[in-house]
Order: sequence, then structure tokens, then C-alpha cells
Amino acid sequence: MANVLAVTEQRAGALRKVSLEVVAAARLLADQLGGTVDALVIGAPGVSAAALGAAGADRVLSAEHASFASYAPDGYAATVAAAARSGGYGAVVLAASATGRDLAPRVAVLLDAPLAMDVTGLATDGGAVVATRPIYAGKVIEALRFSSSPALVAVRPNTFQPAAAGKAGTVARTEAVVPAARVTVLEVKEAQGGVVDVAEADVVVSGGRGLKGPEHFALIEDLAGAFGNAAVGASRAVVDAGWRPHGEQVGQTGKTVSPSLYVAVGISGAIQHLAGMRTAKTIVAINKDKDAPIFKVADYGIVGDLFEIVPKLAEEIRKARAG
Amino acid sequence: MKIAVCVKRVPDTESRIRIGAGGAGIDEAGVKFILNPYDEYAVEEALQRREKAGAGEVIVVALGPDAAQETIRVALAMGADRGVLLKADAIPPDGLAVAKALAAELRDGGYDLVLFGKLAVDDYNHQVGVMVAELLGLPCISSVAKLAIEGGAVTAEREIEGGIEVSACALPAVLTCDKSLNTPRYPALKGIMAAKKKPIEVKPAQLGAVRLQVAALTPPAERKEGRIVGEGVAAVPELVRLLRTEAKVL
Repeated sequence: MANVLAVTEQRAGALRKVSLEVVAAARLLADQLGGTVDALVIGAPGVSAAALGAAGADRVLSAEHASFASYAPDGYAATVAAAARSGGYGAVVLAASATGRDLAPRVAVLLDAPLAMDVTGLATDGGAVVATRPIYAGKVIEALRFSSSPALVAVRPNTFQPAAAGKAGTVARTEAVVPAARVTVLEVKEAQGGVVDVAEADVVVSGGRGLKGPEHFALIEDLAGAFGNAAVGASRAVVDAGWRPHGEQVGQTGKTVSPSLYVAVGISGAIQHLAGMRTAKTIVAINKDKDAPIFKVADYGIVGDLFEIVPKLAEEIRKARAG
Repeated sequence: MKIAVCVKRVPDTESRIRIGAGGAGIDEAGVKFILNPYDEYAVEEALQRREKAGAGEVIVVALGPDAAQETIRVALAMGADRGVLLKADAIPPDGLAVAKALAAELRDGGYDLVLFGKLAVDDYNHQVGVMVAELLGLPCISSVAKLAIEGGAVTAEREIEGGIEVSACALPAVLTCDKSLNTPRYPALKGIMAAKKKPIEVKPAQLGAVRLQVAALTPPAERKEGRIVGEGVAAVPELVRLLRTEAKVL
């Protein structure tokens, strides 16, 4: 019961970055339990699995089926459950991504095993898995102890560091289970131009009420562009006002993010917003009010007119990255 | 159309949360409790579906302490017909144990549609709705941001990283609701008065085995004191220098 199953994610046949994080989290648990890591790849025939050995998996299990090109809730859940049962794992690690949040609870029911969602830390205590996770959007950290096996955990994106160098994983086939589909994914509409999701981006540039109108988000988009592949985020106030889509909202009723760099522009820092971004590694705040709560959590702050500061910052970032 | 909406009583998102004396729960003193914001979308969707169908019933189901009756009343004031409280003094952190209690209540209810919020803003468990569907053997689409139901066929859009996933299933089904699905109505005074007369049935929650225990609650790590780099555009070069040499994020 010491071995760990890592359930990876692919889109259009290519592994998603979060898959390497899932394998890293599984590795961490397996090393503590004294077991090995099997990484499960579910996809259409020919799905890429090569990177997983390097990420720390001892073995790669590939479950291929023509109906698995895009997410198939019933088939994916049945396939994960079958793999989990046949391997007798002590833990199953998934991603708390859009797909993982849908998939993990299904697997939990099929295995009749409890699930810890949105996990940011993993440890063991006398052979039991202990998962750490933020609750109340980060206002409190909860440690949950599993008293049954397998322990199902879904890890928050951008939290577990992918291993730099790992093992030479072997690839084996495992059964693709294809039950009658109760839910069918008809289509995936990709956002234009490879937009990075705010929950998974390495750099997030967020705008708030201080921007004064939706048209001024062009400044935020430009600054995000200056960083290369930064995502645009937004405060609840501007999402509620209809300036930005809900998918960009950072905070307790939006997304919780842990990027390397979070830039808050014209955001005062309501408690529910701070809850959503306080785990960012570095926080920069730009606000005209020097007493704004955002400056209490910011590593670096600039007080002043964002309409002057942001274009200059974008220019300087571009120069710094070019040089 | 017979619709069940599962709701939860949660602390207001503007509340400061303090860990209670025993260390296993939060200190509820002075905390304002509200209907979970995502559940408002579920209640609104149920009401709109009932109105569109021209007939039907919306039943609000909550699992929680006695005080969750107030939460149910909010949904009744919005326009739901009646409530069921599955009474549990404490809601365990094991979402599967909770899902089993809800599934037991819903199993023989003959519902066309069961709606949840996509998550509760207290424990962020993000799992109970999908688990209930799976326990009942019903199709489930989670985090629905756009919904069409025509003659028993459901088409729903959900947000995924960098795109939109469009899914289909048949009724009866379980859906969990995301923010952009609709605009929840405010309870009108007439609705609030009417809600006082609507029935709430109270019965014990048949929780499943609890196999996840809270080992500890701790406050989040404090961020180290930050600094104001300067004022106005003049501070920008210094900020960029710090991002590059100190924070090493460029």
C-alpha cells in the first residue's frame, strides 16, 4: 500500500504542465511511504507520455482509447478507478484543475475513498497520509488526516515543483474502461491566442476599480504582454460591474492563485481578494492610496497614478527582458 | 419540473476567520453567516426553470446545524417552495460522508434536476455535488456557466483552462452552478413574509463513515513586511531592479 498513482492530464495529446506537478506530489508521498510512482496517462492512441519518467515516475501506465481524445467524464473515472484498484495504491494523486475537480469526486465514489481537494502540502504520519489545504480561501490552513486507504488528493496547480531530473520510467499499457457515457463532451472552444489561465499562470497581472473603466484594461493586458505569458486577473468589484469575465476573478468567490509574481493594479485589497492571492511568491502593488490594505501584503509597492506608472512599468519590463 | 437545490450555510466572505479555542473549528462569535454565494446561482436557476416550465416544485435541501434553517429561509424568500434540513451539528470535512447523506435524501425524490453551487466558500471542498450524482447514478456536469435544457436534453458550457468545454447529457441530471450562469434575485419583502409560512422538514442527516479528520487548523504563514519602493513613475526603474535582482522573477 506504499505505492502511489499519479493521474496526469493532457490536452490535444500533449501533457499539461500540471501533470508534472502531480507526478512531483506523488513522488513526495511515495518517498515518504517507501513506495514507487506509477503515472497514468489517459488519451487517444499515441498520447505523449515520454516526459513523465523524467518528472519522477517509476513507471508510466498508458490507457488509450479513441473516445479519450478529450475529457470523457464517465470513461476517465472508470479507467482511473480500475487502475487504482489493480495497483493496490496507498494514494492516488490528481490535479485540482478544471478537469481534475470534475474527475476526482467521481473516482472517490467509484473507489468509496475520501478525497482532499485543492491540496498544497503532503506528508505522512505513522503511514497515514496528511494533506494540507487552505480553507476560507486561505484565511485558515487545514491539515486533514486520512484514516482509510487509498487516500485521494487533488493538488492545487502551481504548488508542487516538478522534479528537475528523475527516473527513467518504463511505459506499460493499462486497461481503458469505456462505460456507456452519461455525459458527452461535444466540443472544446479554445480561447484565442493561447491565453494562460489565471489559476495556472506563473505571472498574474490583475486590475481593479482604480482602472475606472473596462476600456482601461488594455493597460493591464499590455503589462501582462510585457511579461511574456502572464495572465490577466480582476477583482470582484470589476467582475461584478461586468468589466471582465468571471473566469479572471481572483479572490474568495473567484480563483485562488499562487504565481511566482502577482501584480495588483488599482486594487485596494478587500479581505476576500487578499485571501485569493496571498500565497503568491512575490506581490507587487500599484495604488494611489498609500493606506490601501494591499500594501500590507505586497513585497513591493508603488504609490501613485497607475495611468502613468503602468505604461512605464511595461516599457521597463520589456527592456529588462530583452536585455 | 421537480427540482432540488442543495445549499450550505457559510460565513460571509468579508468575515475575519479566527480559529476556535479547541483548534478543530472556527470561532463563530461575531461571524455573519450567509447562503453560500454559488448556491444563489443554483436557487435562481431552479426558480427560472420552474417559471419557464410553468409548473413544478423547487425543494431546498441543506445539511447542517439548526441555524441552517435561516439559510433555507433565504432560498424560500427568493421563491423556492419548501425546505428540508438534514440536521448535523457539525459538517465533517469528508465530502463523501456528506454526499452520502444528501444522496440518501434525494434518491427516491423523483427529481428532474438536482442543482448545487460549484463549491462552498468555507471548506472549498469542491466535490459534494459531483459525488451525489455519482452515488445516484445520474449524469453530472459541474461548474456550469451557461445552460440550455430542451425537451429533456441538457447542453452546458463550463470554463476550463484557456477555453470552454461544451457538454451534453439527459435529464434527470445533477448540475453544479458557476457564477456567470444567471443573476440571482434579491428576496422581496413579499417573498420574505411568504417564506415564514413555507414548511421546512427537519430530520437527522444519515452521514456516511467519516474517514478524513481535521488534524490541525493553523493560521496562514504571515507574509514578511513589504516596502513601498517609491512614488509615481520615478519608482519604476527601482521596482524593476528589485524584481530582477532580489525577487528574481524577471
